Formats: sequence, C-alpha cells, structure tokens
Amino acid sequence: MSDVISLTDIRRVFTMGDQQFEALKGISFGVAAGEFVAIMGASGSGKSTCMNIVGCLDRPTSGQYLLDGLDVGAMDPNQLADIRNKKLGFVFQGFNLLARTPAVENVELPLVYAGLHAKERRQKALIAMEQVGLAGKENNHPSQLSGGQQQRVAIARALVNNPAVILADEPTGNLDSTTSEEIMVLFTALNKNGITIIMVTHEHDVAAYAGRQITFKDGKIISDSPTGRTV
Amino acid sequence: MDFSQTLKIALRALRTNKMRSFLTMLGIIIGIAAVIAMMAVGTGASYVISQQIASIGSNIILVIPGSTTSGGLRTGSGGAQTLSNDDVKAIMNECPSVSTASGTVRSSGQIVYGNMNWSTVIMGGTPELFEIREWPVTSGRSITQQDVDSAGKVCLLGQTVADNLFGSADPIGNIVRIKKIPFTVIGILESKGQSPQGTDQDDTVFVPLRTAQRNLVRSQRAGIVGAIIVKAKSKEVIDKAESEIQSLLNQRHRITNGKEPDFSTRNLSEILAVAEKSAKAMSLLLGAVASISLIVGGIGIMNIMLVSVTERTREIGIRMAIGAKKNDILLQFMTEAVLLTMLGGVIGIALGAGGATIVSRLLGWPTMISVQSVIIAFFFSAAVGIFFGFYPARKAAGLNPIDALRYE
Ligand SMILES: Nc1ncnc2c1ncn2[C@@H]1O[C@H](COP(=O)(O)OP(=O)(O)OP(=O)(O)O)[C@@H](O)[C@H]1O
Ligand SMILES: [Mg+2]
Repeated sequence: MSDVISLTDIRRVFTMGDQQFEALKGISFGVAAGEFVAIMGASGSGKSTCMNIVGCLDRPTSGQYLLDGLDVGAMDPNQLADIRNKKLGFVFQGFNLLARTPAVENVELPLVYAGLHAKERRQKALIAMEQVGLAGKENNHPSQLSGGQQQRVAIARALVNNPAVILADEPTGNLDSTTSEEIMVLFTALNKNGITIIMVTHEHDVAAYAGRQITFKDGKIISDSPTGRTV
Repeated sequence: MDFSQTLKIALRALRTNKMRSFLTMLGIIIGIAAVIAMMAVGTGASYVISQQIASIGSNIILVIPGSTTSGGLRTGSGGAQTLSNDDVKAIMNECPSVSTASGTVRSSGQIVYGNMNWSTVIMGGTPELFEIREWPVTSGRSITQQDVDSAGKVCLLGQTVADNLFGSADPIGNIVRIKKIPFTVIGILESKGQSPQGTDQDDTVFVPLRTAQRNLVRSQRAGIVGAIIVKAKSKEVIDKAESEIQSLLNQRHRITNGKEPDFSTRNLSEILAVAEKSAKAMSLLLGAVASISLIVGGIGIMNIMLVSVTERTREIGIRMAIGAKKNDILLQFMTEAVLLTMLGGVIGIALGAGGATIVSRLLGWPTMISVQSVIIAFFFSAAVGIFFGFYPARKAAGLNPIDALRYE
C-alpha cells in the first residue's frame, strides 16, 4: 500500500438536538502519492465534510482513516495538530489569512508552530512566496492584496512546511476565471514537483486540471475515474 | 513555539484595539495605583510613629502627679505638686527593674538673645534625662550633675530655638535671657523632630533641674518636680518596673487601700506601640479596600478577553488548522491577559507613587513607598492576569478547530 491517504467506510453523523443527519454514508477511497484529485458533486453532498476529515480537522463517526499508514483515529488532539502542521497544507475558499499581518508572516505561521527559529522561518517563507509568484509582496497585509494574490499567499502557507498533501476546498470559488486559471496552473506545477493535491470544486474546467475525479452525491461516491489528463 | 513570537502576537492584538486595551487596563491601573498610594500613606504613618517611638527613647515610664483635692477643689491630672526630688531618688535606688530616672519641671516663656526673642518650652532636668531620652548634643556639652547641684545658669538649646535665635551663628558660650535671667548656652541638642503629639521637640530649652525649680517655676515647696521620667532596665521588665514604682510611691505617699493615688504612671512606648499597630492595621485595611478595585479590574479583563476570544474565533481556527496546539492557543491568550495587567500594573505603580508623592507634598502627609509594596503590586497584577485570563484562554484553547474555522 503506497497510498498516502486511505479511507475505509467513513461515516459522519451530525447530531442537532434530537435530529441526526448522516452527511457521509460510507466513503472509501485511496489516494496515491503524487496524485491530483478533484472532488465534485452537488451542494450539500458531503464534500467539505469529507475534506475536513481528511484534513484531520474533524473526526469520522466511524470508519478508518490511514494517513501515511498511520491510524488517525487513534491520535490525540496534539498529535492531530502535529499532523496538520507537518503533513497537510490547507487552502480554503475564503483564503483564511490573518488580517493585519504581513503576507510573509502569514506564510511563516506553520513554521512558528513547528518551532523553527525566526531566521529559518523567514528564509523558507520567502522561498515559498517566490514559488507562488509573490516576490515583492512580502510586507503587504491581506487587505492590500487582490483575491488571487491572497489565495497565493494561502498556497504559499500551505506549501511552506513541505507537506505530503495539499487539501483545497473550492480554492477558486471566490476568484474570476482568469485568476482561477492562474491558480490551477500553479497547482499543476506543484503537483508536477511531487505534491499530492486533493481539491474540491464545482467547476468542470477547474476539475479538468486534475488527473482523477471523484463525484459525491448525498454522502456517497457515485463515480471515481481518471479525467484523461495524463499526470 | 518560541515565546518571543507569542509575545509579538499578543502585542499586535493589543495594539489592534488600542482604546479597548487601554480602557481594560484602566481598571488595573486604578486598582494598583490605589493600593500603592494607600500602602504609601499607611507605611508613612507607621514609619513616623516608629520614628517617634525611637525619638522618645525606649522603655520609658512617665510618672505624673494625680489630681488631688485641696480645700474642696479638685485640680486636673498633673496639676498637683505631689512628686519630689526624693521620690526620684527613691525610684532610682529602690526599684530593681528601673535603670535610671530624672525629675523634670516644665515651664514656658521667652528666651532673648540680643534683639531676637523666641517663645518656647523650658524644661528642667538632670543629666539622666538625656540618657533616658537618648538625646545627645551635637555641639558643646550636656548638663552635668555639677550643673544641677550648683543650680548653674547654663542651658542647652533645641535645634529650633538655636536656629531662631542665632541663625547660622554659633550659640555656644553666648548669654541668653530666659524669663529675664541670663544663662550661658553650653550646648545644642541633636534634632528630634515631631513628638507623637505633633509638637516640635526641638522647640525646647533645657536647664539644670535645680535651676529651674529655683528660678523658673513657682512651687509651693522646694524640691518639687513636675513629672518623673523613668527608664526600665529592659523592654521585658517595663510592666514590672511600673508596678514597683506604683507600690513604692503608694508607700511613700501613704496611699492606703481605697484611697485614690496622687500620681499616675504611663508607659509611653506601649501607647505608641498601640498607635503603630493601629496605623499598620489601617494601612492594611486601606490596601484591602483598594485591592477590591483590582478584582473589579480583573473582572473587566476577563470580560474583554471573552469578547476577544469570540471575536477572534476564526483566527483561532486558522491557527489550529495550521498546527497550533491547545497549549499554544492557551498561552497566547494568557500572555495577552497578563501583558494587559502587567502593563496596567506598571502604569498603576508609577501613578500610585506619583500620587502619593503629590499627596505628601500638598497635604504634608508622610508617605513612604516601600520596595516591597511595589514588588507585591507588580506580581499581584500579573496574578490578576493569570487568574482572570485563564478562563477565557481555556475557552479559546478548547475550541474545536472545525467549529472555530466555520464561525461567522
Ligand atoms: N456541523 C454540522 N452540523 C450539522 N450538519 C452539518 C454540519 N456540517 C455539515 N452539515 C450537513 O452535512 C451536509 C454536507 O455538508 P458539506 O458542507 O459537506 O457539503 P458540501 O458538499 O461541501 O457542499 P458545498 O458544495 O455547498 O460546499 C449538508 O447537508 C450539511 O447541512
Ligand atoms: Mg463545501
């Protein structure tokens, strides 16, 4: 098993008062190292719920999740924090940058929690920013950057700690088509460098950049197939 | 995660809401300033009292004449002329717990030098008086037994009297007139400052006891003293000395059971010790009242930190998603709270110290800022931050990453 991510019969039940809602009804799939996967499906089909579990932000109600062969379900919150810090990188639809904090410091953030020293942090952050084409914008605050640039900062932040997997939940959802294309070109380049990417999207032309497409419907996977694009 | 980074984040958060941070701090500032100022006033008062205790001399018992009924007329306490030189001698010789004693007489009048004059207190005493009161001369010499025996016309000037009559000139050897009688100035006494009753102890002229008895006070009989000042051998035997004196004088004055004594004794240091104790208790009480405002300030901190945690839920979510552990978040918010209170503490200490200084300048109150109270105030303000910051910080750290990220 060379899968970085392996989900087996993952279920997630939300309880609201006396009501129960099963958002994931037995999801199983594996992602091999170096894959670029697009997850699609109607709104409310459970894509984000699944991503949050894969991202160790949420725990499944049942089922097994192995990340790099390790059973995530058995880990305590601190170990999960470590996993998020070292193995995973997040890119959100809403960017989720810290306001009133210079871009470069946003990028440095994972390294702060990894315990690196200031000099090393800055060095790595600058490299990551250059990688996403943001050299020269280091000291801009998020409010002084365009949406596309903000998403690049978020990607640089996801990259900076050399994660095994980047998880992106609708990374282009707030961007126009040209900017979306730029971001996808960047993702493709990163994927070529060996980073595994799992991305949720509603747009077919965005999904087309991925090598494999998984479609969700009502908490279940209804299709899982290569897009035809050779990775 | 290194602490300098935590500190940086906390400072940034405080700077983001400058006004709010300041207003939150204000509670702590006022609390700490009040504590510092109150402690300064209290410590100053008890310091002054303890100084006065020292200035009176230690282990002192005062014997004063009691009220007597003569011809149907009761005189006030101390008004009678019942104590004599012989009583003094007897006390010195027959009371084993007494170290030494001196009879004193007291009068007031004018003292004149050249064209300068000054109204002051004139005290007659024996050399023992200066020993008992631990009151040395700064220049010249003190009164000797020979001065007393010969009723010599010599005097010692208190610092205030010397300043007022002679200015910067050297008074020693000069002739002054006390109640029109010429006296030679033989010495200047060391400055003692205020007495516990608030009078200037340096505003006094001392003459030999016998000189005073003969020339300065009009007594019905010779050898009458106005009061006897006694020094006990040690602090432990003060009470014993006091009862020895009482029984001796009862015997000498033929006070039998049921008869009211014609004298009374007072243990001065005891009175002052009580005063000192109550001053200390007062300052503690004031400090306690002031620290209530600190607690109120602390609740303000807690309130604002809770608001801040709610406001920054999303930020907390982002940090957690990126790898912050519970403890990182806890430490971050604790640092913020403690930074607020410690900053408030430092400003409060400065304000309190400044306020105390102004009070002492304007009102003439003795204030004293002890290093101890500053250190206590500083650590107390930090403790307030830790105590009231913990709950909000724990709330932040306990957030579920996914809920925090989704928070709108
Ligand atoms: N915390 C929650 N509590 C209760 N129900 C939830 C919670 N989170 C998600 N759900 C429900 O689970 C279902 C799946 O939600 P999810 O966010 O995964 O959808 P999605 O596929 O990401 O949709 P979209 O494309 O709109 O983002 C929805 O019906 C939603 O109402
Ligand atoms: Mg979603």
